[in-house]
Amino acid sequence: MSGYTAPLRDMKFVMTELAGLDQLSSLPGCEEVTPDLVEAILEEAGKFASGVLAPLNAPGDKEGARWDAGEVKTASGWKAAYDQYVEGGWSSLACDPDYGGQGLPKLVATAVMEMWKAANMAFSLCPMLTNGAIEALSLKGTEEQKETYLPKMVSGEWTGTMNLTEPQAGSDLAAVRTKAEPQADGSYKIFGQKIFITYGEHDLTSNIIHLVLARLPDAPEGVKGISLFVVPKFLVGADGQLGARNDVHCVSIEHKLGIHASPTAVLAFGDRGGAIGYLVGEANRGLEYMFIMMNEARFAVGMEGLALSERAYQQALAYAKERVQGTELGVRGGPKVTIIHHPDVRRMLMSMKAQTEAMRALAYTVAGATDIAHYHPDPAQRSAKLAFVDLMIPVIKGWSTENATEIASTGIQVHGGMGYIEETGAAQHFRDARITSIYEGTTAIQANDLVGRKMAREQGQTLKAVVGLMRAVAAETGDLGNEEGPVIASALDQGIDALERAGTYVVSTYGVDVKAASVGSVPMLKLLGIVAGGWQMARSAVAAQRHLTEGTGDAAFYRAKLVTARFYADHILPQASALAHTVVHGAPGALGLAEDQF
Amino acid sequence: MKVVVAVKRVVDFNVKIRVKADQSGVELANVRMSINPFDEIAVEEGVRLREAGIASEVLVVSCGAQACQEILRTGLAAGADRAVLVRTDQALEPLAVAKLLKAVCEREEAGLAILGKQAIDDDANQTGQMLAGLLGWSQGTFASSLDISGGRAWVAREVDGGLETVELALPAVVTADLRLNEPRFATLPNILKANHKPMATITPEELGVDIRPRLATVRVEEPPRRPNCTLVADLPQLVAALKGADGPRGAS
Repeated sequence: MSGYTAPLRDMKFVMTELAGLDQLSSLPGCEEVTPDLVEAILEEAGKFASGVLAPLNAPGDKEGARWDAGEVKTASGWKAAYDQYVEGGWSSLACDPDYGGQGLPKLVATAVMEMWKAANMAFSLCPMLTNGAIEALSLKGTEEQKETYLPKMVSGEWTGTMNLTEPQAGSDLAAVRTKAEPQADGSYKIFGQKIFITYGEHDLTSNIIHLVLARLPDAPEGVKGISLFVVPKFLVGADGQLGARNDVHCVSIEHKLGIHASPTAVLAFGDRGGAIGYLVGEANRGLEYMFIMMNEARFAVGMEGLALSERAYQQALAYAKERVQGTELGVRGGPKVTIIHHPDVRRMLMSMKAQTEAMRALAYTVAGATDIAHYHPDPAQRSAKLAFVDLMIPVIKGWSTENATEIASTGIQVHGGMGYIEETGAAQHFRDARITSIYEGTTAIQANDLVGRKMAREQGQTLKAVVGLMRAVAAETGDLGNEEGPVIASALDQGIDALERAGTYVVSTYGVDVKAASVGSVPMLKLLGIVAGGWQMARSAVAAQRHLTEGTGDAAFYRAKLVTARFYADHILPQASALAHTVVHGAPGALGLAEDQF
Repeated sequence: MKVVVAVKRVVDFNVKIRVKADQSGVELANVRMSINPFDEIAVEEGVRLREAGIASEVLVVSCGAQACQEILRTGLAAGADRAVLVRTDQALEPLAVAKLLKAVCEREEAGLAILGKQAIDDDANQTGQMLAGLLGWSQGTFASSLDISGGRAWVAREVDGGLETVELALPAVVTADLRLNEPRFATLPNILKANHKPMATITPEELGVDIRPRLATVRVEEPPRRPNCTLVADLPQLVAALKGADGPRGAS
């Protein structure tokens, strides 16, 4: 079993050199967020992640959450850790100061979130879902709803859930059947069953605030007939005190491949006369509200991909430095060596390291852009950054989570047979990672969003602008005057060529043959992820070389960054050309068979 | 009663120490630095005394380069009320630090000074004792518990044979051992507040303290590597090895 140490050195590098940390405090509303303050926050968050959350990760996986007669007991230590998390004020980090939040920008919240997720993903899901519910209520709740629920959710005294899925309504939420019947007092009675509700029931807090999608009696069919309701587990009186137990009950929790300590509830609403709920926002606009929050949630799941990749890498690296097996290649009769001396183990570790660093660089850059889109006084700046963020969200989500499964699998491979044994701990990361490319929209859903809404609908305009930025970085990298620069620049340019080929095909095909364009959508998403990652690694190389030339900072770290960027250029970026081929030529082979030929 | 807590910036306990190529000292360039762990315990004890209403104010003090501000902020985030940096780029020996702290304690009219029992970089274990001697205060070193009432302090000291409790008249110097307390995690609101707490900077000259070094470092070297161990198959082999002409291998 290995621990977790927050990769503060790389986090700070990415935040400072790539994501604009130094400029953050010049944005209106972020004046206090100086690099020193951010450093202090990251240090302390890192201590909490390593000292409190990480040690519970493996025991939580083994013990899991347990259901007994409608109640759910979280794994040993969960409640104490949650209390400590709340006392530490961490739940309020990015929330609105009007309701007791600390209002810290997205870039800072992102780095801290990576730590929680890497230390203990099953734990981190509870605050993550609460944040989603807080956002929904903040955006669309009435003043009374906000006053009633937000302060206690922001402080962590209560948690929140999102109730979307039903057995027949998974990716297709138009099929939602849960009913909401209007009552004389303006409230509603909710009837129906929801599944896959993360932390839908638990013993961590005195109340749970469920946000539920349901249909009004006169609602139109399909997506335009779904409304959003707030349904507390315990009704809240006008004085803020908890009242009667509401008619929402946990019927069971799921037995899952991973995240065992995160209770995934089946919730029955209204089995005993109707669960009392209150409409959030306007009737029939619930799904639209969900989409407003979608970016946030999808980004957060993408961070899970990054976080688990980091965790799997740390575990594999520790083992590779400790496990003695065989002699050094080419040294006959030499002493036994640790397996990190073997070239293929090196290759595996570098592939984990390089992709993890590329994902971090891209995710933090998007987080920094989100802050500019939110806080910058110039509307042109805001809208340009927002377009970039919108383009990249499905990539962060889809690419990082698909990578995580592969990277965690490589982590097992580094361990050899011991990796397949549960006690080693490498297998848990693999199992935990597997959900991330499914929930909050599968990779295919992300890819549809990318090629349809983010590329075809706007004729690839934002992508073209991003390609322009990438080309400039490639040129700069080629002129670095070191050994790595030209290698990185050439691979990046070829990757950008592939991106343009595939992008042009998708934009021109989507309107005339949407099926053909869709076959290539997931490869297109991976292609954009790989090239955008290469772009960020090239930016990293430029920054590293600048420090080496100036003689400032930790030369060993910057040298390693250059070598890692080179590895990415030679081992990861070449996949872009293959993916572009599949995007452009892959449809006939995928769609050619009749159904009965399968 | 005002409490002064001294904190030192040291190489982080996770870092593997390397000796500089010229043997003049330990490599500090680009090495992760943190607050000395025993000093973290000292800060926590000071904050607990204030929370218990025994201390009126907790002041964290560090002596050294500008970068020591980082660990002073750590102390403020942990709950100290204000900070003083005695700023100098000169390397400081325990006696110089003790003199600087004496000057600060006197200026601040402190009633109690808490220090870590030693710093994990040079392990000198001298500053607290010297400070008590210079101030003419009583001292309770290696504290594993501290109780204060009616102008007196009871310190349970970790000694070889177990615990020894001493009763001290205040003012006093107490040095913290590992078991004195378990430092809390800093909360996010306190980290944010720490940025607004007062931090003063003062120089040794302003305090009128002579910090010239009294010692010269001849050479710093790594400890000798242990000889390789030999695995023995069973007890008779072990006995034979122990009786062997070379004596037991691997022992030191």
